[in-house]
Amino acid sequence: MALRWLALAGLALAALGLAVVLGPAHVSLADLWTSEIVRNLRVPRALLGFVVGGSLAVAGAGLQALVRNPLADPFLLGLSGGAGLGAVGAIALHVGGPWALPLAAFAGALAAMALVFRLGLVGGAELDPRVLLLSGVAVGAFAGAVTTAIVSLSEAAQLRNAFLWLWGGLSGASWDTLLVLCIYVPVPLLVLFAAARPLDLLALGEEPARYLGADVTHVKRRVYLAASLLTAAAVAVSGVIGFVGLMVPHLCRGVWGHQHRLLLPASFLGGGVLLVLADTAARVAVAPHELPVGIVTALIGVPLFAVLLRRWATT
Amino acid sequence: MGHDLILALREVSARYPAAPRDALAGVSLAVRNGEFVAVIGPNGSGKTTLLRVALGLLPPAAGTVEILGRPAGAWARRELARVVGVVAQREDNLFPQRVRETVLLGRYPHLSLWGAERPEDHAAVARALERCDAAALADRWIWTLSGGEYQRVRLARALAQEPRLLVLDEPTASLDVRHEMELFELVRGLVNRHALAAIMITHHVNLAARFADRVLLLDAGRAAAHGPAVEVLTRETVERVFAWPVAIEPFQGAPQMIPLRRPQP
Repeated sequence: MALRWLALAGLALAALGLAVVLGPAHVSLADLWTSEIVRNLRVPRALLGFVVGGSLAVAGAGLQALVRNPLADPFLLGLSGGAGLGAVGAIALHVGGPWALPLAAFAGALAAMALVFRLGLVGGAELDPRVLLLSGVAVGAFAGAVTTAIVSLSEAAQLRNAFLWLWGGLSGASWDTLLVLCIYVPVPLLVLFAAARPLDLLALGEEPARYLGADVTHVKRRVYLAASLLTAAAVAVSGVIGFVGLMVPHLCRGVWGHQHRLLLPASFLGGGVLLVLADTAARVAVAPHELPVGIVTALIGVPLFAVLLRRWATT
Repeated sequence: MGHDLILALREVSARYPAAPRDALAGVSLAVRNGEFVAVIGPNGSGKTTLLRVALGLLPPAAGTVEILGRPAGAWARRELARVVGVVAQREDNLFPQRVRETVLLGRYPHLSLWGAERPEDHAAVARALERCDAAALADRWIWTLSGGEYQRVRLARALAQEPRLLVLDEPTASLDVRHEMELFELVRGLVNRHALAAIMITHHVNLAARFADRVLLLDAGRAAAHGPAVEVLTRETVERVFAWPVAIEPFQGAPQMIPLRRPQP
């Protein structure tokens, strides 16, 4: 058990190290500590990627237990649509300033979250995960349609910006964004970690979970809101990065089992590692150009996921 | 140990929103430790509603429900889970689990928010598995168990809660004769040896008559009869409630129901 955690911690350090050393601009190892590029671009970007990846993975693990569907992804609940609409709206309205885009995306994601939450409250009181999932898909599709309408009516240069933004990227990383995220993220993370045991019970179904002592009504709300807040923050600083929240919890379940007390922290580290590596690849693969990191996670994620699915289906 | 009153329903009525009639109307039931009560009745007669009201999940429209002298609705779920263990009708595991892990979930109401399992929790799990004759299954995956084994494991999980009251909702549905007899004997034995109280909802009228101390027969939300099986299972009551002709024959001191064939046209 201890060995697995050591291995994961080692992996995390290695990924962060790689992200700092590698990049389109050549920085020799000797200059690593003095280089402006390293200090102001690569280090904050690597750390930001780690926090975003970890947040997405923890949100995914929590939501999978909540909606009782191992194929749930944090972006399945309409947040990506809302965030995209907010960001594209801000671009179309020419709202300026360095924080305009992330704030607009964050606001869009929160609006989508509130709408999906309200739709998912059956009878105004009890959150029904099935309805939640369907409302998420519906709200996401609607927001996506409006987004596409705006994009189709705007000019070509703007369109490219908006499109790239939707596929995610950490190029906006700075010490400021990292600081904001590090103040914001611990609260929803702790809420999810504290729900670890009730989430174990929820995997049996809501009724058995109640009989075993879980306060199901509150646990469902807390998990949904905390996971959504994590996802909204992630999307605000880095756009829509798919597959991390879906894949990492699955990989971690293979190693740590499905006890959320272990699974959630392992997912955080695993998600961080995956996104940092994917972002490094996105920066280096086609330098001096940069791929949207969401494309890299999809390119790695989809084949890997297909292999895993096949293996599980046969055992 | 005295005969404490564990569960007391007094003149309880309950109604679901937008339902035309009460799902439960004026039902009373008292269960003490060392008592095994069977609840029987046709489909839709209010058996599961009775259970939901008794466990504080559905507030009664009239009457009172008390568990250990405290209104059922006033218990926090965690506290209640230390007193009442339930084997629900349905559950399905989202993730693959081993028997020992699933029984360990029964310790949840005893753990602190962050705390890991303590030695006493593992001891309680081992004890519960032992009592349900499931110790040999401890390292098996849930999905490799037969229906009868799975029910014994779920009963062990409820026992790991160290409850004073066991509630079982049709635990022998879809089990064969041997496994259903084993389960009834197991529940009867637990009630006798450990002074537990037990309520079992079941469609096995004859086994209820042989194993339970008392039988509550529900009919359209009302108690058609309540008491020892010999008083409840009379031919005219059973025929009226189940709407089918029957004969009642005594067997080893318990009345047994034999459904009759109707004459062919």
